[in-house]
Amino acid sequence: MYQILTKTEPAANIFTMVVHAPRVAKNCLPGQFIILRVDEEGERIPLTICDYDREAGNITIVFQIVGAASLRLSKLNAGDSIADFVGPLGKPSEFCETPIEELRQKSILFVAGGVGSAPVYPQVKWLKEHGVDSEVILGAKNKDFVILEEEMRAYAKEVHVTTDDGSYGRSGMVTKCIDDLIAEGKHYDVCVAIGPMIMMKFCCLTTKKYGIKTVVSMNPIMVDGTGMCGACRLMVDGKVKFACVDGPEFDGHLVDFDQVMKRSAQYKTAEGRAYLREQEGNTHHGGCGNCGGEA
Amino acid sequence: MGDPMKKVPVREQDPKVRATNFKEVCLGYNAEEAVEEAQRCIGCKKPMCVEGCPVSIRIPDFIAHVKTGDFKGAYEVISEASALPSVCGRVCPQEKQCEGRCIRGIKGEAVSIGKLERFVGDTARANGWAPSTAVEPNGHKVAVIGSGPAGLTCAGDLAKLGYSVTIFEALHRPGGVLVYGIPEFRLPKDDVVIPEIENVKKLGVTIETNVIVGRSVTIEQLIEDEGYEAVFVGSGAGLPKFMGVPGEQALGVFSANEYLTRSNLMKAFREDSDTPIMRAQKVVVVGGGNVAMDAARTALRLGAETHIVYRRSEAELPARAEEVHHAKQEGIQFDLLCNPEEILVDDKGWVCGVRCIRMELGEPDASGRRSPVEIPNSQFVIDADMVIMALGTSPNPLLTSTTAGMDVNRRGGLIINEESCMTTKDGVFAGGDAVTGAATVILAMGAGKAAAKGIDAYLKEKN
Repeated sequence: MYQILTKTEPAANIFTMVVHAPRVAKNCLPGQFIILRVDEEGERIPLTICDYDREAGNITIVFQIVGAASLRLSKLNAGDSIADFVGPLGKPSEFCETPIEELRQKSILFVAGGVGSAPVYPQVKWLKEHGVDSEVILGAKNKDFVILEEEMRAYAKEVHVTTDDGSYGRSGMVTKCIDDLIAEGKHYDVCVAIGPMIMMKFCCLTTKKYGIKTVVSMNPIMVDGTGMCGACRLMVDGKVKFACVDGPEFDGHLVDFDQVMKRSAQYKTAEGRAYLREQEGNTHHGGCGNCGGEA
Repeated sequence: MGDPMKKVPVREQDPKVRATNFKEVCLGYNAEEAVEEAQRCIGCKKPMCVEGCPVSIRIPDFIAHVKTGDFKGAYEVISEASALPSVCGRVCPQEKQCEGRCIRGIKGEAVSIGKLERFVGDTARANGWAPSTAVEPNGHKVAVIGSGPAGLTCAGDLAKLGYSVTIFEALHRPGGVLVYGIPEFRLPKDDVVIPEIENVKKLGVTIETNVIVGRSVTIEQLIEDEGYEAVFVGSGAGLPKFMGVPGEQALGVFSANEYLTRSNLMKAFREDSDTPIMRAQKVVVVGGGNVAMDAARTALRLGAETHIVYRRSEAELPARAEEVHHAKQEGIQFDLLCNPEEILVDDKGWVCGVRCIRMELGEPDASGRRSPVEIPNSQFVIDADMVIMALGTSPNPLLTSTTAGMDVNRRGGLIINEESCMTTKDGVFAGGDAVTGAATVILAMGAGKAAAKGIDAYLKEKN
């Protein structure tokens, strides 16, 4: 069992938890993820690592309620325990293996959309700790959903907040922000874009225009996450790759996003059903006509 | 007494009934039937069956105990060689091993060694018998990676020699393929697998779940920081293979590993599981091994009309004879001597059929099996809304990419010394599917056993 030490809700339905998991904290690096199972009936859900404390043996996770398992996770409190918590999984970010001198020559832009800020944060922090500067675009629906801004500002050279409705920071999607920054005279060599699949897709289309190499973090459907089941396969440059062992980071200009998005929809009905069953218990009979379930 | 040339028949769930549930198919012998079947063993002086057993169980000796009703004595004989009799009695391909060598099989049917082993294992569990444990600890630590059949066997054998053994398991439950791969109707988890794993723990073995060696901790760290003097790698087969035919990325195409893991490990076949599994009308499973049979029979139980598509003929099916027989009884349709050319996809991106081409058998290939050759212009379409690929696996690169000096062969399997089972890295041993590629539970157990001997010899020499 893995104990939850603290829990906060930085935005509606988005939670941050610090979990005691010494084996994960000892060896994890930016870019990697964990898989947890809330309880005996729980699904295995992959979540990115937002921060780690090697000495204390703690891992910070950030998640949004999307299904039955994350809803149950959100109901746990500090002092409660999570049944299973395994990691770090996946390969560390490419720059963890890149010579620091080489990184210092580069102008690096992070684009974080929504909870995508969570996996971006440890990368920005790691780089700063190795003397490498970076800039961050923090995108959210509106000002209530901007998370990790203060933390990000502590390590990034510049943070550009943009909200879809213009309620805070710049106005518009992250893609517009990229266009604007470049129009303002900025130059970037590398972009790391993490967020919803659709955001990463359009980010890549934007950076391609400017010839900026772009890394994305793919978090598709996963079951074991250790290189056994093959559920997380995706096409990269026309070849089958597995996000859990070949990724999660890939060259965004080579990923077939449309296919990944379609595959993610594969279980939508079933996941939605489990979520509604959890939320509404016996009162849910599929009569709502909205969930597409039960029939 | 029945016909002495034939096996005492074993009771099974009716095919029509079991096709709709996940309860065990084969019900096994009762005491009376077991004693009767045991009488058929003539107790050969030079028992061929033992030579056919990868873990060398003294078969005629345990059967002699069954004959006299001394089931505990029988269990003690089996326990010398195997900690998993209830598992092996259910999943070993006996017809190719012990029973395949039985002298009774020349003129009639072989003694039903598998069913007797299962009976002894099940009887032991029902009576709470466990393998004897009194060993003096020798103070040496060994790490085992993976809690599948190879790891459990290696760990159990080393514990019996006095080693302090910890198994590291990446998943949340121990058992490896016994838990995520083989379905409940063939190998019950709570009643059979978990108690036999508990018996391995009773030998003094510790199992730490949720540790993925190569990521949570490296092999070097296990040796240098955690004080393990030797490491056994039994990490299993790896990632599923796909065919590379058009349409394979369509929605509704799954690997057998994913499909089975959802159903078996995550219990998606049950309504109370959070983990979803797709329920289809008509399923095509591509492949002819045990995994293909397991996937097909799972799909059938989840309500689908199910077809197996295999490119060779029935004689070449690599699955256990009993599984093929059971699958047919349950109503799985076998489309043999044909091979998928394309997965057909509808306008929403979902599978809607499989275009196959008929095959005929040509000359034997390197493996000795006659290789299938396409018959020109023989294409036909099987309608399907789900396709499951059961084509075998390719090795997981995780451990070899994070451990210096551990070499692999052309196919990605770990290279080991045949006798000592040591990899090219000093103190690191390996066995099972991680070495051979996908094979059987019992071969992995045999490899775990051989490696335990190798590790013992290595550590005795070193200390």
